[in-house]
Formats: sequence, structure tokens, C-alpha cells
Amino acid sequence: MSIDLAQFLPTFLEESYEGLEIMETGLLNLQSSEDDSIHSIFRAAHSIKGGAGTFGFNQVTEFTHLVETLLDEMRDGRREILKSDIEILLQSVDCIRLLIDADHNKIVCEDESISKVESLLNESLNSSSTDTQPQNENKSEKTQTATDAQSWLINFTPQPHLVQTGNDPLFLFNALADLADLEIVCNTSELPAFSDIEPKELYLSWQIKLTSSDATEDDIKEVFEWVEDECTLEITLLTNEAISDVQEDEAVNNDTQEQSIQVQSTQPESEQSSKQELAEPLSPTAITTDTNVLTTKPQSAIMGKDKAPAAKAKPDVGSIRVGVDKVDMLINLVGELVITQSMLSELGNDFDLSKVEKLTSGLDQLLQNTKELQESVMRIRMLPISFAFNRFPRLIHDLSIKTGKQIELVIKGEQTELDKTVMEQIGDPLVHLVRNAADHGIESTEVRLANGKSEKGTISLNAYHVGGSIVIEVNDDGGGINREAVLNKAIEKGIVEPNSSLTDAQVFDLLFEPGFSTASEVTDISGRGVGMDVVKKNIQSLGGRIQVESEPGKGSCFKVNLPLTLAILDGQLVRVGTEVYIIPLITIVESLQAKAELINRVSGNMVLYRLREDNVPVLPIYQLFNLEAQCTEIENALLVVVEFDGQKVGLMVDDLLAQQQVVIKSLQDNYQQVDGISGATILGDGSVAMILDIPGMITMALKQSKIAQKTAVNHNVEVV
Amino acid sequence: MPKFLIVDDSNSIRQMVSFTLKSAGYDVVEASDGLQGLQTAKGENFDLVISDVNMPNMNGIELCKELRKLPTFEFTPILMLTTESSGDMKVRGKEAGATGWLVKPFNPDKLLATIKRVVR
Repeated sequence: MSIDLAQFLPTFLEESYEGLEIMETGLLNLQSSEDDSIHSIFRAAHSIKGGAGTFGFNQVTEFTHLVETLLDEMRDGRREILKSDIEILLQSVDCIRLLIDADHNKIVCEDESISKVESLLNESLNSSSTDTQPQNENKSEKTQTATDAQSWLINFTPQPHLVQTGNDPLFLFNALADLADLEIVCNTSELPAFSDIEPKELYLSWQIKLTSSDATEDDIKEVFEWVEDECTLEITLLTNEAISDVQEDEAVNNDTQEQSIQVQSTQPESEQSSKQELAEPLSPTAITTDTNVLTTKPQSAIMGKDKAPAAKAKPDVGSIRVGVDKVDMLINLVGELVITQSMLSELGNDFDLSKVEKLTSGLDQLLQNTKELQESVMRIRMLPISFAFNRFPRLIHDLSIKTGKQIELVIKGEQTELDKTVMEQIGDPLVHLVRNAADHGIESTEVRLANGKSEKGTISLNAYHVGGSIVIEVNDDGGGINREAVLNKAIEKGIVEPNSSLTDAQVFDLLFEPGFSTASEVTDISGRGVGMDVVKKNIQSLGGRIQVESEPGKGSCFKVNLPLTLAILDGQLVRVGTEVYIIPLITIVESLQAKAELINRVSGNMVLYRLREDNVPVLPIYQLFNLEAQCTEIENALLVVVEFDGQKVGLMVDDLLAQQQVVIKSLQDNYQQVDGISGATILGDGSVAMILDIPGMITMALKQSKIAQKTAVNHNVEVV
Repeated sequence: MPKFLIVDDSNSIRQMVSFTLKSAGYDVVEASDGLQGLQTAKGENFDLVISDVNMPNMNGIELCKELRKLPTFEFTPILMLTTESSGDMKVRGKEAGATGWLVKPFNPDKLLATIKRVVR
């Protein structure tokens, strides 16, 4: 029977990556062998090795075996836990991760770090005084293959307590019978008088004659593998002359004596044979698994050689772990929904006007149920931000070694929940911010001491909820951002005009300009000049924003503000003509009725509205989307002032409708990308409403105003 | 139909062992560590217990000792599922009352063949 284990591969991968994280966290916190975490680190390595063997991940099995051996010695207290070993183990974790990816893609991992760490591991293992001989994992191979039918004589005398270990001779004989034909004689001579019989003891012994053409001595011994210490077992190959003597009690005669084997004491496998076995532990089923993967992904196997087993080749595990409490909550809510539904359908059976009140209350209940259900379903996608944060202890550990700075990481609010999709995309930008903080923010130990600070720098990550969004802060207590340096650099790069007066916030914002880098020299940690602008772009694409605060000598704080989810949006419904549009509530600054005296027509058809000290371009939505609007005059029109990235625009609408949460449906998936529209949703009455893409519209408005200005200039020239 | 108890903290191994046994027609109950396994064992009878050694809360060796103390598990086969097939490990298992051991890497066909030594 062949059983396909491929379906368990995703579970194994998920579990292995989790195991690696456990190892990493554990290693970073590991102080001594008294520490409990050494056990969980060992268990994680052990599980990875076990699973890897099953799935034919040979590179992983081999490598992890070394790691496991080292950990085992630490666990048993046979080896002191040295800082250097922890360092090697941490690197091993990275290697295992690479190897899992490589084995998963069926390629040989050629990353040089593997052999380097491997030799470090071996060195460390050999340096210890303890016995580090490789364990003999497997039984010896079949050394004999018999062609002709052979007969074996087996004398099996179990110790009286055999059955108390759960073994039963009957099952052993059954297993033998699967191998070959048997003739069994039971010896009852040791059976005591009935009154003396101990019911839990075994008094019998057996003599078995086994005839088979292909069973080997090892096959037979294997059946008795588990009882070899609890019995006397003699296996004798019967020569032709001896066969006639079989039925006699003294079957073991001089001719066959040489070949009789005391199983109890023999360990016949040689180093070599066990090594061979280790070299190919691929089980037949594992091979079937391989071919399955190969047929579905032929490209990865063929092209794999060219591709570096990049860390990017992450397994696309589309699963999510949900706490039982959340599921229970859902089940409860669905239960209530069912009750409400049955109540309503009962009501509908013979409805008359006297029941209107009941109907209204039933509908209210339904509304309540739906709302709660929606919230609970959304909560399933929410994960604590610790998922994104837990890679940072290792990052800081590595960074402090690389930079030679002493850095402490403080994490706060790791239980703050965030949508899984947002979480996946915020990881890289955060890594960049933390690297920056370590590289540029924290000063070197000498500078810190000279400035009267503690020699240890602190980077703190903090997450908390504010309204419908989550704020993630990356703080450092370093030297702060040098305002002058930033400004000079920006002027040098032509990003700002010389002599322009900028506020601190505006200066710090320059850090996010493409091509901007303040590091006087480029290090391999950060500062390649690509980055901060990408960080900002990534955060904006998630509908978030980033702010910088900094105080010279005290440190800097990068504040990332993100929406909790990408699936639902708090929206303001507005009407233009007969169409309903949705403006994301988060972008709205205020809504007002335009006063004639504040309207300022610049040129062409560009209109600016004076909003306190700002001049806000007005964008009539009906013009943008070619609609018949009720209100085409700006005087007394309704303006919704929206803001993105510091730029304000007034959107002219006919009417403000309700505010409500809407579920975002992608236009790209269902239709195509449309300028000025970020998505669509379905309203309560079943109609489709478009969600306005505010950043896109602002860019459009700005472009228009430039064109307007240009045509105006041209026009003036013509007139002149 | 024989009923088995599978105790392993590794989700994937547990699922695979369980899947293999179920597809061979056996009944399987799973537990994710020794403590949970012991609780389960106190509630019902099994024809065979297969347990990992390295587990949190209660390891396989302890579980085996505890099970042997229960009258219903006095003669029940208990197999240790392990990569540590060194002699030391086997002796420890035997001392705790284990019937035998299964060596990882896990191979479904081998598993089904070997358990025939203790159940039918």
C-alpha cells in the first residue's frame, strides 16, 4: 500500500518555520543549561529533523542532525553553554531555513554559509570531550539475499514477564507467518502446577521452523527486535542434512553451531553499512511525494539550479491560526443568527399588522447579530503584532555585532492586533526602520559615553490602537536627526531650493525623498539610498502614513500609522447627480459650504478655495467623471476637503449621505483599473458604489492645475 | 476495529501517523503531549499507544510509566516513536515498560508492517 504524504507537507513546513522561530527566540534568551528553553530548542530541532527525514529533505536532516547533537549535549549538561556556540547555533537556524527552502524546491543549496557553519558545528562537536560518535540510526541492511528456499530453526524462550511489556508471542508468530511458512512446536515443560501459576507470567517456550525463499536472518531478527532483551533467541540456518533432525529436541547440532546467533549480544552492523543507510534514508513513499511535487512544479526543478535559494521563496502557506475563543464566539453568533432567522420566518408565516412591532424588534436583532458576526469574522484575520515583531530580537542581536554598538531592544504592545495582510506587508518597512535606527540613530559607545549617556543604546518598538488605526513606533535614544545635514544634503541634491525656510517636520520628511541618504558612507546595513522612499511608498500603499519626530541628542521616533484592515473601510457616502460615491473617512479633513467671498478663480477653469491660511484646489467630481450634476456652481456648493500626504483638495459634491462601513471589492479583479477609483462596494439597496481613490485624485487635481496654469500662460501670450 | 492512541507534539508527524493508520482501517485518537495523552488514556481503552519521546509537559518515557500503572494498560502495547534509536534510549523505554520503538524517519508502509507485531 502506498500512502501519499504530500498533503502533510504544508503542515510540516509551517511547523518547521515555527520551530525555527522557537529556536531563534530560545537561543537569544539562553543563559544556562538550567534554563528550560534549552529543552524547547532541542525539541524544535528534533521535530524538524524527524519531519525532514520523512519528506526526504535530506540536506535538512543531515544538517539538523549536527545541530541536534550539539543541543543534546547542552541539554544533558555534558557541554557548557558558550556564547560562541550560541552564535553558531543562531547561524545554523538561518542555514536550516535556507535548506528547507532548497529541499522544498528540490535543489541543492549551494549557499556558502552552509558549509561554513557545518564545519563550525563539527569543530565545536569535536572539541568536546564527550563521545560524539554518530548515532546508529538504522538497522543493518539486508546482507543476505537467499535465492533457494531456506529453512531456519528458531528457539524462542521468553522471560516470564514478557507479556507485561505489552508484547504477545502470538502477534510475533503472526508477523513471522507474514514472512514465511511456519511450523511451531510449543514447549510446556516449564509450566508449573495449576495452583502455582502466576496469571501474569509466561511459562511457555517455542520452537519454530520457518521455510522461505526470500526471508533473511535480519528479517527474522527484526520481528523479535522489541523482545530481544526479554527472551533467549536462537536462530539457526538449517543445512540440508540438518533438516531431517528438525523435529528432534536437540536440533542445534555441531554442524549448525557455527551459524547459530545469539541475538541478545550481536550488533553486527558495521560503520559502513550504517553510513550507507544514512546516505539514502529516502523511503519509497517519500519518493512518490517527490514525483508529485515534480509533476506539479516542473519548472522549479529544472530552473532551480540557476536560482539562488533565495529567502524570498517563502512557502505560500495560506493558512491562518485562529484562537479557539474566536471560533467559539463565531459559533455562538451564528447560533443566535439562526434563532433570529427562525423567529422572523415564524413571524412571516401568518403576518398581520398587529405584529409589526415584533417584526421591527426582530429586524433590530438581526442587525445586531450581523454586526457582531461581521466584527468577529474580521477578528479572525487579526493577529497580534508580535508576529511581525518577533524577528527583531535576532535582527538587533546581529546588528549589534556588526556595528559594534551595544543595543537593547524593548518591545511594547506586542499583543496589539492587526490584519494579517497588513502585517505581512509591514514587516519589511519596519525592518528597514529598525536597521536605520541601529545604524544611523544609535551612536557608537565612545560617543555615547562622551555625551554622558549610558553605553547601551535602546531601540524600542511600540504598537497601540488609535481609533480605527494602529500606530507602530520605532524609537531610538540616539543622536537624533541632524537638521542641518539633512537640509544641506537636500539642497545639494536639488530637492529643495537654497534659502527656503522649512519647518522641522518638513525637513524630516525630506528623508523620504527618492535618492536621499544622509549617511556619509554607505554601510552594508543601511544607507544605500534606496529605502526610506520605498518604506514610505509601501506604507502609503497600505493606506497608512509615516511621521518623524526627532530631538538632537535625545533620539528619533518614526511613527507609522496604518489602517487595521484592508478589507473594510469607514466611508462617507456622497451623492453627485444620481451617482453615489464613497470617500474614505480617514482622508476627510472637514466638509463645508463654499462661501462666495472665499472662492478664488486663478486661471482657466482652476478654482482655489481659501480655507483659513490654505488655498485648496477645488475638484468638481461631476467634471472628473462626466456626470450630470445638480450643482455645477461653486458658490454655496458642498465641499468635502480631503487630505493626503499634506496636500488638501476640496471635492465638490451634491449631497452628503450617511457614514458607514463598506466592504471593499477590487475593481482590478472584477473589471480593470480606473483612474480616481480605488475600488467598489455594494450598498444596502444592492447598488454598486465606487470608492474614490483620494491620493490618485489629488495627483490628478495637481496635474490639472499645472496644465491649467500652462494653458493660461499660453493664452495670455496669444492675447498679447 | 483496533483503536490506537497517538501522542506527539509535532502536528505533522501526528497527522501523518494518524492518517496512515486511519487509511489502514484503524481507529485513531490523537493527543499533543504526554499529559493530554494520559488524560485521554484514563477515559477510554486502547489497543495500542504510539508516543513520541520528546514532548513538553510530560515526555514519552514518563507517559509510558504512568500508563503501566493503570490497570487497563497493564498489557497494552506501547511503542515509542523516536529518532533516538541509540541503545540508551531503548533501555530507558524498556525500563519504563515500553513494548517497542518505531524509528523516524516515518515511513507509512513500515509502520503498518511493524505494528502487526503487537496488534492484529
